Parts: sequence; C-alpha cells; structure tokens
Amino acid sequence: MKTLYFLLRKEFRQIFRNKSILAIIFIMPTIQLLVLPLAANYEVKNINLSIVDHDHSSFSQELIAKISGTPYFNVQSYGASYKEAIKNIESDKSDLILEIPAGFEKNLIRENSQKLFVAVNAINGSKAGLGANYLSQTIANYNADIRLKLQNEEAFYRTPTIEVTATNWFNQFLNYQMYFVPGILALLVTLVGGFLATLNIVKEKEIGTIEQINVTPIRKHHFILGKLIPFWILANVVFTIGLLLARYFYGIIPQGNMLVMYAFIALYLLAILGFGLLVSTFCESQQQAMLIMFFFQLIFMLLGGLFTPIDSMPQWAIWISKFNPVAYLIDVMRMFILKGSGFNDVLPHFCAIIGFALFFNIWAVINYKKTN
Amino acid sequence: MKQFLTFVLKEFFHVLRDKKTLFILFGMPIAQITLFGFALTNELKNSKIVVVDHARDSHSQALITKLEANRYFDIEKAPLSDNEIVAQFRQGKIKAALVIPNNFGYSLQHDNKAQIQILADAADPNTATTITNYATAIISDYQNNDVTGQPQAYQIKTETRMLYNPQLKGVHNFVPGVMAMVLMLICVMMTAIAIVKEKETGTMEILLVSPFQPIMVIIAKAVPYFILSLINLGTILLLSVYAMDLPIMGSLLLLIAESALFIACCLVLGILISIRTASQQVAMLVSLVGMLMPTMIFSGYMFPIENMPTLLQYVSNIVPSKWYYIIVKNIMIKGLGFESVWKETAILFGITILLMLVSLKKFKIRLE
Repeated sequence: MKTLYFLLRKEFRQIFRNKSILAIIFIMPTIQLLVLPLAANYEVKNINLSIVDHDHSSFSQELIAKISGTPYFNVQSYGASYKEAIKNIESDKSDLILEIPAGFEKNLIRENSQKLFVAVNAINGSKAGLGANYLSQTIANYNADIRLKLQNEEAFYRTPTIEVTATNWFNQFLNYQMYFVPGILALLVTLVGGFLATLNIVKEKEIGTIEQINVTPIRKHHFILGKLIPFWILANVVFTIGLLLARYFYGIIPQGNMLVMYAFIALYLLAILGFGLLVSTFCESQQQAMLIMFFFQLIFMLLGGLFTPIDSMPQWAIWISKFNPVAYLIDVMRMFILKGSGFNDVLPHFCAIIGFALFFNIWAVINYKKTN
Repeated sequence: MKQFLTFVLKEFFHVLRDKKTLFILFGMPIAQITLFGFALTNELKNSKIVVVDHARDSHSQALITKLEANRYFDIEKAPLSDNEIVAQFRQGKIKAALVIPNNFGYSLQHDNKAQIQILADAADPNTATTITNYATAIISDYQNNDVTGQPQAYQIKTETRMLYNPQLKGVHNFVPGVMAMVLMLICVMMTAIAIVKEKETGTMEILLVSPFQPIMVIIAKAVPYFILSLINLGTILLLSVYAMDLPIMGSLLLLIAESALFIACCLVLGILISIRTASQQVAMLVSLVGMLMPTMIFSGYMFPIENMPTLLQYVSNIVPSKWYYIIVKNIMIKGLGFESVWKETAILFGITILLMLVSLKKFKIRLE
C-alpha cells in the first residue's frame, strides 16, 4: 500500500510538472467542446438553386416564387440553358438545378400531368438526398395549390387527405448540439483515458527509466495501478468539466441519474485504460504508440456511431460495433443525457463494459513483463 | 549532393526499421477508405419503427403494407401506449412510432380527412428528420394514388438526376477527405515527431556539428515522408478506383501534381512545428490540436462549412486541407481541368511559401 502511495505521488508530480500534458487535459477538451458542436451541423439550409425556365408562363413564375419563398432555398441564378446552370454546379455556386420544360403550363392542363427535371450535385449524398426531398415537397405543395385552382371546389374537397403530425421526443427543436455534445464528451473521456496512459508508460520505456523501476522491488500490479489510477482520476475530472460546459454553455442538462452515469464512466475507464495498457506492452516508442492508438481510436469512434448511426451500417459493421467499447459509451451518454434512461435500460451496456474491462486488463497484465 | 543522399538514406533506415509504425502508416488509409466506403453512411437503412394500429381496417392495413415494402424501414406492429413507446425509446429499441387512430379508414372515406401521428426519437435529429420525411412521402403517395384507386388530376412529377454520384454513396464525399487527412497525418505529425525525437534523445547535436548544412539535415528528414505519402496516395487512388468503383474523372497527372503541392505544404508545416517545439509530446499535441482536428472539422467533408458560424467559416480559410479537398473533388469526381482549380492552387502555394519563410526565419543552428 505504501509502495503504491509513493508511486502515485511520483506520477502526479510528473503529470503536473509537464505543461503539455496539462494542456491536453484541460485545454483540448474545452476547445473541442466549444468548437466541434458549433461546427457539426448537418441541418440543411441555404440550398443554392439554379433555375432554368424554358416555359416563362404564369405557372412557372408562380412555382419559382413559391420555391424562393421557402426558408431552404436561395435562388442563385436564372439561366437560359441547362449548360449554363451546370457551370454553377461545377464551381459549387449552386447545389441543385430545376429545369422547367417548355409547354409546362399548357401540358399540365391538357394532359393532366407534366414532368419537371431536377439535377442534384450528389457528391455529398446525404445533403443531396435532403435537398431533393425538400424541393419535391415544395413542388408537391405547389401542385396542391394548382389543383385547388383548376378543379372546382367540390372535387377538391372530395379528394381524401391524410394529415401527418410529427412529434420529436427528447429534442423538440431538432438541435444538433444536443446530439453531438454527449458524443464528444464520450470522445474526450476516451482520449484522456486511452492516449495519455499509453504514452506515459511508453515514454518510460523509450527513455529507459522503466528499467530503473523494474530493478526495484516494486511489484507488477503496483506499477500498473500506479500508472492507471492517476489517469482514471484525471479522466473523471475531464468528464465533470465537460458536463459543466455542456450545462452552462449549451444548456444541456443531463436527464438521467448522475450516480449511474458516473458508475458507468468509472467502469468504462477501467476498460479503456486496460486497452491503453495493452497497447503500451506492444510498443517501444511514443511515435508508435501514438499512431497505434490514433488508428484504433479513429476506428472505434467512427464505427461507434459518433457521426453516422450504427443502424445504417452493413451487417458486418454492426457486428464489429458489438466489440467496440466506445460504441457502448456513446450510446449510454446519449441515453442518459438526452433520454433520461435508467439503470435497467442500460443493464446490457454495463455487462458488456465489465466484460471489456476484465478482458483487456487480464490480457495486458499477462503481457506485461518486467524483464525482456 | 552525395552528403544529402547519405542523410536521406539514414532517414530511410530509421523509418523502415520500425515495422509496426510502417504497418500502421500503410494500413491506416486502407482501413479508413474501407470503413468510409462501406460502413459510414448517413443514409437510412433498417430503422426500427413500430406501428400502433388502433384502426385495424382495410385502409390502415394497406398503408402498413406500403410502409413495409420500403427498404428504409423495419416495421413491427405492436399495440403500445404512449408511455410504452417512450420506454422503448429510452431503451434504444425503436427509432420512431407511427400511430394510426381508431377511426382512420372511416374518417378517410366519409370525411375525406384522416390523421396519422409520427413520434420520433429526436435524440439523433438527423435520423428523426429523415424518418419523418420518408414516412410522410410514403403516406402522401398512398393518399395520392391508392385511396381512391385512381391517380389525382393535374400531377406535377419530378424527375431527379443525381449528378456525379447516382447511388448517393458516401465514398464520393469521403475519399477526398480521407486523402487530405492521411496525407496531413503522415506529413505533419510524423515529420514533426521524427525531428523532435532527435532533439529529445540528444542526437540532434551530433547532426548539427557535422559538416553538413543544418537546414539540409532537416530537409533530408522530410524526404522519406514525402515518398511514403506518395505511396499512400497511390494506395488510396487504387483502392478507390478498383474497390470502390470511384473512377478518376479528371487528369491523373494534375491530381498527382496538386497532391505533391499539398504534401509539400504539410511537410513544411511539420518542419515548422518541429523547429518550435522541444518534446515529442508537445509536438504531438500541437499537430493533433492544431492540424488534425481542424482538418477533420474544416475541410468540409464531415460537416458542411456553409452551416458553421461566420467566424468559423473565416477560420476554415487558413486550413490548407480545405483547399486541397476542393481541388481533389473538382479533379477526381467532377472531372474538371486546371482552370477550375487555379485559385485554390494559388492559395495553397501561397500558404506553403509563407510557412517556408517563417520556418527559415525561426530556424536556429544552436540548440539553446
């Protein structure tokens, strides 16, 4: 016990002496929490539209007026030809082209139906899909206006209509910050827990001080505990800072039970520290350790549903995500903070994380040798 | 010249000796492209949705069949109360619920008006919006074509063409982004750390007292990473063409030349960081916070720049990868020529020159 106390004192002194580590611990989370959620906004607005009107009829004018009246679209240009409009797409000045064919009004009345052409810059698939969707909704609305005008009133009201009301639970105003802040908190806890502990151990290896420790009577578990406990504490501190920032800067108040949340973080940190320890037993230099951690963290993060939902991934990726501790954390964070889920709701997550913690730590301890 | 080659050779030995790092350096782009290409998509698939059918009549049945036929949804029928739906949201079991009221078919036939309620779990706003949009589209299609058995009068149809990416795949967006990120990672971070490592272990002093010009010592360090980056560029391009079916529409030569410019820019950045820092940890911190995060955030492949606050939009202009991302997108995917990217090229060139001047000014022969 006394050995452990002295080791912990050494570690804390080393950490607090090093300005760069302190910066990683306190400045990086703050910057990330303040910048990332502001930048990460998928909400599609200000879609730039080029219109090519070959018809020049009162209908086409009305349609254009209707489209430019919606909050989603900026009409960028009225081109004379499709060729001219495509130049705007190439230079990224516009995202969509709406082409109204000649005889639009005439054919709509005579033949009862008429086509419009829409071309979308689809390099960014999700944006393209949403933009096209908004445009066709607006056109459908205009279509209903036309019908009301052309049909007699009775026929119009005889058409059955279904009203759809949508209610958004947990995040009424579809605020993206609500979605990203818990995810980024998960990322920060993982970064501090995983990266720093690994680099710390590998640094001792690289500059050779680990040999000095190895020749002392310090036991294997003392050394490992002495390395893990400081970062376990620091990660908890970072998590608390993050929660406070979320609360006072973004106004996101956790809905769930804080005790359960901290219990989960405590177990999760055991797992991710175990993973870091394991990586450190395989590495000789900081460069190596950093690169390997970066590699895994990126995969963990992206496959963990930080930016794109896991449900939309192909089956093999969903299976991989079952073995991804970060996926559980991101999920739990969102459940706790936004939905106010209780202990029973996240029981499966708890079991999985305990499994990870045991697995990584046991493997790491077996793999850690005092002698080469 | 011979001295220079000897130094470059020495650096190559350093790089090639570290098998694990090499493995990761070459494995990273492969893993990322595969992940981005196949796994990451904002498109909706198999979203679990519960339909609460209070009506149980022929109209609601027909509508449910229509919803079930859609590949975006994984429909399940269950008579849940509102509280039970929220409980299911809390457990993360379902993404949305569609509630069809008691007298749905009756109202539709007699009053020509009926209601449907969609409850969505908006903890993920993107998914919630998309589900609501799709479901509404299916319902209005049902209303327009199936309720009365004959299509409505005066229909305006839209024919939509998806340019450059007809299947709305994620790769088109992500490949240029991953290229920018991997090149940035290797050039900036690896170069900076490799140089600082010599400082930290004290071998830099030995190099500086050699008769070789000090600035050339640093440049020789950058050469292996330049070549590594070119190899990675090749891997990424081969993968995207042959595994992702994403052909290079424009000139390959132009693409490589622009990439070389970007790599040079990153290398200079790495050198600048190494000149200004003393330990590997600081170098790593600066490259990570100063380079990698901005690359991810501001190049525009993850988050649309036009949605950001104005201040952040200005910040994005000094991030080299933003310009490289635009260049790659224009050449590789849109198939445009040099005339469409000369402005971005000029900016990138300007940044490189500026960084070079700063590095030369800050470079000192003495360690202390």
